[in-house]
Amino acid sequence: MVMSVHVDVVSAEESIFSGLAEMIAVPGELGELGIYPSHAPLLTRIKPGSVRIKVPNQSEEELIYVSGGILEVQPNVVTVLADTAIRGADLDEARAEEAKRAAEEAMKDKTADIDYAQAQAELAEAIAQLRAIQKLRKQAGH
Amino acid sequence: MAGSKEIRAKIKSVENTRKITRAMEMVAASKMRKAQERMRAARPYAEKIRQVAAHLAHANPEYKHPLLAKREDVKNVAVIVVTSDKGLCGGLNTNILRLVVNRMKEWEGEGKGISVCPIGNKGFGFMGRIGAEIKSHLVGLGDTPHVDKLIGAVKIMLDAYAAGEIDAIYLSYNGFINTMRQEPRMEQILPLSEEQLGEPSAPGHWDYIYEPDAKEVVDELLVRYIESLVYQAVTENMASEQSARMVAMKAASDNAKTVISDLKLVYNKARQAAITKEISEIVGGAAAV
Repeated sequence: MVMSVHVDVVSAEESIFSGLAEMIAVPGELGELGIYPSHAPLLTRIKPGSVRIKVPNQSEEELIYVSGGILEVQPNVVTVLADTAIRGADLDEARAEEAKRAAEEAMKDKTADIDYAQAQAELAEAIAQLRAIQKLRKQAGH
Repeated sequence: MAGSKEIRAKIKSVENTRKITRAMEMVAASKMRKAQERMRAARPYAEKIRQVAAHLAHANPEYKHPLLAKREDVKNVAVIVVTSDKGLCGGLNTNILRLVVNRMKEWEGEGKGISVCPIGNKGFGFMGRIGAEIKSHLVGLGDTPHVDKLIGAVKIMLDAYAAGEIDAIYLSYNGFINTMRQEPRMEQILPLSEEQLGEPSAPGHWDYIYEPDAKEVVDELLVRYIESLVYQAVTENMASEQSARMVAMKAASDNAKTVISDLKLVYNKARQAAITKEISEIVGGAAAV
């Protein structure tokens, strides 16, 4: 019997692969990693690239593209925590800048919110009126 | 036959409203199924990351990562409030905002500085109105939230935490229990406590080989852990939103139905009265001849 290891490839949004494998090849940050069963515990970042999984009794390897993430290896379990977005310090910084700018703008531009609040208040009033009318009608009617 | 035309118009208008609420109910029902699936799909990732993080906290008791270190003196707190973008979903947003405001009052009483990170239009509008300090915000997530949209807003909070501007971060959202029940929740996400992380999956003393080095890998892992927590909160809130909307719209449709039947009764009475009056007039006229 061939030795196999349980492999999970998961991203924050979905589980991509889960099953047994004889071997898994991952683009590690410091080079391609080939992992066989009973590998020593390892934690590393992975680069964008494809993960190859050799599934028992299947001639073709499973190919999964990942845009980066983290690889966790334990003797009998291998987990690829895949990113759903392309990451990088600069990119993350840019995203944060963007969010910050939006927040500052929103703090300045409060008029829009007040209008919105007013509209909501008016709507609530209208609903209350309607309800009152309905009640009156019920009492007066029949 | 006074008013019968008005009543007819009113019936028509309520019928139209009912059509809309019925349609919204069905749309919400189908979206709810998808939202629930997404919520479940996000769980394995969060669970895996939690296990690894738990192990890290366990394996390196001497090295305390900044995100894991408890701060003695909590002066400033921040809340990430997850609300929906759209309304018409019952008391969902009101419940969560009430919980948050109550906690904010408590903190204010203790003299703590408070900042918020609203996610979703409703919370954003509300926080703006009450004049809370908005550090970052996120609106317009749509029906399929993506992690990459959350990164920026979450990073601002993490940076502020790392810089010492914030000493604790809370996450508040509507937990999905079942279709009929949603529960407003507030959890502390930073600093991460060991109880929260739970026991590592493989006990005993061992450690990973880190590539390139422990600090960098742990940094990235913990940031992703926080992001996955926020993402999970967003998906759960979305499932809650859709089910709350479905229930609210069902109630609205049922109400419209009773209103219609009431109005129909009034209408028929008016019609009957008019006919009776006409007959008695004819009879009266005939008797006079």
